[in-house]
Amino acid sequence: MNLSLHYPILLIVILFAGAYLTPLLGLWNKKICFPIAVLSTLISAVLSVVLLFSVLENNIVSYYVGGWEPPYGIELTIDPLSSFLSLVVAVIGFLAVVFSKNYVGHEISEKKQPAYYSLLQLIIGGMQGALMTGDLFNLFVMTEIFSISGYALVAITQKKGSLLASFRYLLLASIGTTFILFSTGFIYMLTGSLNMEDISNLLPLIDNPWVMYSGLVLLIIGFAIKSALFPLHTWLPDAHSIAPSPVSVLLSALVIKIGAYSIIRVVYTVFGERLSDGFGLIGVPLSWMASMAILVGSLYAIFQTDIKRMLAFSSIAHIGYILLGVSLASTLSLTGGIFHMLNHALGKACLFFCAGAIIYRTGIRNIADFAGLSSKMPITMAAFAIAASSLMGVPPASGFMSKFYLGLGAYQENWIFLAVILIGSLLSGIYFFKVLAIAYFSPIKEPDSKIRGPELPFSMLMPIVILAIASLAFGVLEDLPVTLIEQAVRLLLSN
Amino acid sequence: MIELLPPNLPYFASIALLLIGLYAMITKRNLIKKIMGLNIFSTSVLLFLIAMGYREGGAPPIEVEGVTHYVNPLPHALVLTGIVVALALTSFALILIINIYKEHKTLDSEKLTKL
Repeated sequence: MNLSLHYPILLIVILFAGAYLTPLLGLWNKKICFPIAVLSTLISAVLSVVLLFSVLENNIVSYYVGGWEPPYGIELTIDPLSSFLSLVVAVIGFLAVVFSKNYVGHEISEKKQPAYYSLLQLIIGGMQGALMTGDLFNLFVMTEIFSISGYALVAITQKKGSLLASFRYLLLASIGTTFILFSTGFIYMLTGSLNMEDISNLLPLIDNPWVMYSGLVLLIIGFAIKSALFPLHTWLPDAHSIAPSPVSVLLSALVIKIGAYSIIRVVYTVFGERLSDGFGLIGVPLSWMASMAILVGSLYAIFQTDIKRMLAFSSIAHIGYILLGVSLASTLSLTGGIFHMLNHALGKACLFFCAGAIIYRTGIRNIADFAGLSSKMPITMAAFAIAASSLMGVPPASGFMSKFYLGLGAYQENWIFLAVILIGSLLSGIYFFKVLAIAYFSPIKEPDSKIRGPELPFSMLMPIVILAIASLAFGVLEDLPVTLIEQAVRLLLSN
Repeated sequence: MIELLPPNLPYFASIALLLIGLYAMITKRNLIKKIMGLNIFSTSVLLFLIAMGYREGGAPPIEVEGVTHYVNPLPHALVLTGIVVALALTSFALILIINIYKEHKTLDSEKLTKL
């Protein structure tokens, strides 16, 4: 048996296997949970690198689960877009697990740590599954897997307000998943198939476009709730700010991206052939909602006093940039949108890690108390500044490049969208510079000598430094991701 | 319009249930009633899926000689998965509600927002 043929399914199964083994072995020894989680996420990260190279060579890698051929069996389809995002999920997921090693004792009691590591692997596995699958119903199942583990991870600390935040998240997001199931049934009724490629071949045969559009609109609403697109964002600020920091990283940097990815997948791959004549019908409201998300998210972020809440509102704005790029549907804007997925994932993960490190070291959450942090935690604040400048779109950092592509694409369509992108960047400058100004230039009220020793343990410093360097490096070496993204976009728009 | 109703009754019923569930989730103040609304909401979709697979006079989908008219088995597989997912969701939500009650001593969502 040639194992290399089974890499796609192995990548997902190894995470789920880890998720089941962790609580079982945790009964015997709680110390073993962390190594299992590191091992399974590391193996899946290595596998996703291997898959990326094989996708670069062959363009699309297909895997038939259990050997049943589509349209009857479940198919895993890995094209450049899903392979690229799978690598991002694998790397940031691995870093989040590593970061948890020292951080977890800070917020979660030892009794719950096996459950915590198990849920971490489950949420990463669910996201990988949603990225790889080529089957509409399987996409729903994977979405539910990472959503339910997300609700549990928000509530796991049981600190004040976390239960309610988790409940609100559950209530709204399960409306979204139910819509997804409903429209999956709708599309199955129309075409008699659940395989995405099969559906895209069958849809042009449907006479009545309105039936098809209603299915698509339901699907988009479902995934828009998952990705917290304005005005469906109300669950996000509470859930993302109250979760333990490594979980905030996963939710804010990755989970909402999977919603955006699913919208891309549905609009371009499943409905691509049918929509070339009428994408405007859905694209126009989507692009205006995305523009509103940019402005509203940035405005709210300015007025936050809690650092993690500010970062959560900034995520609402950035999902707006991504979906603006997706909904404008030109080569440039789609390239910018997908590139911004990478940059926001790197930048926001780094910022939430920094916020977690600051809470771990000093216990400060309020931005006004940040005075003197630059001398207490120089490396963390430097990484914070780099990641923040990437999200603002300051030239050497990678966020500039993606906003540049987005701006070019937006200008072709309508100058208002370009104005929205520029205003959004200015507003993000206001809220990030507020934090940096207090941390670097505000006078220190009282010299605090209580905290001594190294700045942070290695397991917390490493993810922060890696992500900060990456968000600088992809700005200089932007060819690396852009070549891959352009290959992905060409494939998406060729339908 | 009205002559469309009898053959499509399950679909109309599922849409009615969907709206009832959504209404309960939005307007009810008690958290447990919100979860009941969520259950009605997700069950309506299951009804929709089952109605889709039904064929008038169809045999069970097991191959028997001489029978050519079967019901569609695939929606049943989807519904089974959907039931499992809804079960997991409901049990988790109820555990959350128990803990919320322990913490706040109320299940009234409007009182909870003020906290």
